[in-house]
Amino acid sequence: MAKRKPKLAVWKFASCDGCQLSLLDCEDKLLEVADSIEIAMFMEASRAVIKGPYDLSLVEGSITTPHDAERIHKVRRASKYLVTIGACATTGGIQALKNFRDVDDFVSIVYANPDYIESLNKSTPIADHVFVDYELQGCPINKNQLIEVISAFLNGRKPNIHSYSVCMECKRRSTVCVMVAHGTPCLGPVTHAGCGAICPSYNRGCYGCYGPKETPNTSSLASWFEKMMDVDDDDIVRYFRTFNAFAEAFRKESESHET
Amino acid sequence: MPQETDKKISHYILKATELKSLLDILFQREYHVIAPSIRDKSIEYDPIASFDEITRGWIDHQKPGSYRLANDEQDRFFGYVVGFSSWKKYLYPADKKLFEAEMDTKNFRVIEDGTAAPKYAFLGVRSCDLKAIEILDKILTEGPYVDLDYKRARDNALIIVVNCTRAGENCFCYSMGTGPRAYSGFDLALTEISDGEKHYFLVDTGSRSGEELISELGLSSASEDEIKTAEKAIEQTIANMSKILNTDGLKEKIWANLDSLYWDEIAERCLNCGNCTLVCPTCFCADIEDTTDIAGEKANRTRKWDVCYTLNFTYVHGGSIRTSCKSRYRQWLTHKLSTWIDQFGMFGCVGCGRCITWCPVGIDIAEEAKQLIESS
Ligand code: SF4
Ligand code: SF4
Ligand code: SF4
Repeated sequence: MAKRKPKLAVWKFASCDGCQLSLLDCEDKLLEVADSIEIAMFMEASRAVIKGPYDLSLVEGSITTPHDAERIHKVRRASKYLVTIGACATTGGIQALKNFRDVDDFVSIVYANPDYIESLNKSTPIADHVFVDYELQGCPINKNQLIEVISAFLNGRKPNIHSYSVCMECKRRSTVCVMVAHGTPCLGPVTHAGCGAICPSYNRGCYGCYGPKETPNTSSLASWFEKMMDVDDDDIVRYFRTFNAFAEAFRKESESHET
Repeated sequence: MPQETDKKISHYILKATELKSLLDILFQREYHVIAPSIRDKSIEYDPIASFDEITRGWIDHQKPGSYRLANDEQDRFFGYVVGFSSWKKYLYPADKKLFEAEMDTKNFRVIEDGTAAPKYAFLGVRSCDLKAIEILDKILTEGPYVDLDYKRARDNALIIVVNCTRAGENCFCYSMGTGPRAYSGFDLALTEISDGEKHYFLVDTGSRSGEELISELGLSSASEDEIKTAEKAIEQTIANMSKILNTDGLKEKIWANLDSLYWDEIAERCLNCGNCTLVCPTCFCADIEDTTDIAGEKANRTRKWDVCYTLNFTYVHGGSIRTSCKSRYRQWLTHKLSTWIDQFGMFGCVGCGRCITWCPVGIDIAEEAKQLIESS
């Protein structure tokens, strides 16, 4: 008898769908995935849903509503392994910019009938609510890394995903450092590798899409921006407040430059 | 790899206009020529397919954490010093597939990488970098485990050195005894002289292959005057090299300061980003990565440059040994300037200055070592 294929489910919370798209974007690899796993629930690809429990759940998006704060527990209960994908699910995402302000103020400005809006004060990562087996960072995630995580889980090994700096990828591909050679501020030295150093290879500084790396020294980098590259406090706040604004290291750094 | 000639080094003259002929011979002999070119405002060692791709007329200004190119008033070919990459990227690539493995019904079959060893001609190797290659030779080919890929590439490589007639702001090869002039270990060594009127290279031969190239080019011997002019230019480089690291008892002095509070001060600045290690021409640490395909039928083993600045580097069962940034920086500096001597019998630093220039926050190994010692 053929071995039962493991069941994969993809879940969405507050997010833009970009990370799920990375899975669709795997194209021919997706067929390989489908050969080895049963894609039991993936609404972005098909309406057909196979009931849980699931062997592997990929969770995209952050928790921003009371309803979602409950729903994530159901997802956890239905999943053997739960892997979060993307900046929203791992750090709260760009929508966590609201965490620095009073949400009620926005709601009353934006909506004609604010009473219908039920939104939590903060956008929070999945790991704040349930146990997460693995977090894949990035906005959006890298499709090759996603395939790597899926293969690793299927084959019972550790994923080859590194939490060191973007600089590591930058130098390995022989990209000229934009900080040193062009004087362009770059978040690469404090940012988690994974994108393959795309921005520096196009002569742009790293935007920090993959969130903080392991042991990030943001204050040293920020003070170099200030002293040597004429970046003022307001801009430092902007550098650290993008897709991973609420990740602890980036949040603390931006808060310490608020004027 | 250069075979030493019996006689001592001979000197010839190559006119600047004849550099193309030298290159043409290399192309004819089917060398994969790697030479300095300009990429994204920096000198980079790239493969070139014709003489026209060689860069000319640039100098570099290097400061801790800063690199800028500028026009060279003397319009030299080799007015700049070293770029961020080093020759190790060719001899010991950053990502190297070691083998592939396949499952058939029962067994596990290893498919070795069958690609032929490359035949490189490196043009513009500086003396410090040549010494760095010799350090890698010792580590990768003279121990009990020989890195065969490295050895094959190295055995085939033709090395054309350029002696430095200008010192970069972060160069301290003279302190480390590795430059600015190379005396052995090359096939040819060029000293570029450009004084407004004349523009030529004094060519030293260091091997039989080098001699052969000279005779094919039909170069004439250098005069006493020309030899002296080149010597003077090198002396001038030494006189202009402002960066100095006192190596007297350096190993012991660093060892005596392992508990200095100064390490904490460095750790406040160090980003543990790993750039210093990746650009260092002698750092050879690598990680071995195994990957499988989704079906679990194919596997790949890859070697990737690694650095002592990551947590994973010292991960053993239960956690990492060097969890603090301080301990990781200390490991790096101590290895380069102290424990490397116990391990391999020489410094792990050739004074090329790359780690200083390409550190995003300008941490300066020579300066930090000095401060560390003075802090005690
Ligand atoms: S360009 Fe950015 S990511 Fe690349 S080495 Fe420089 S600081 Fe690091
Ligand atoms: S010394 Fe500089 S280049 Fe090296 S890890 Fe620290 S910050 Fe990065
Ligand atoms: S430690 Fe720094 S100066 Fe010394 S060889 Fe390495 S990169 Fe060059």
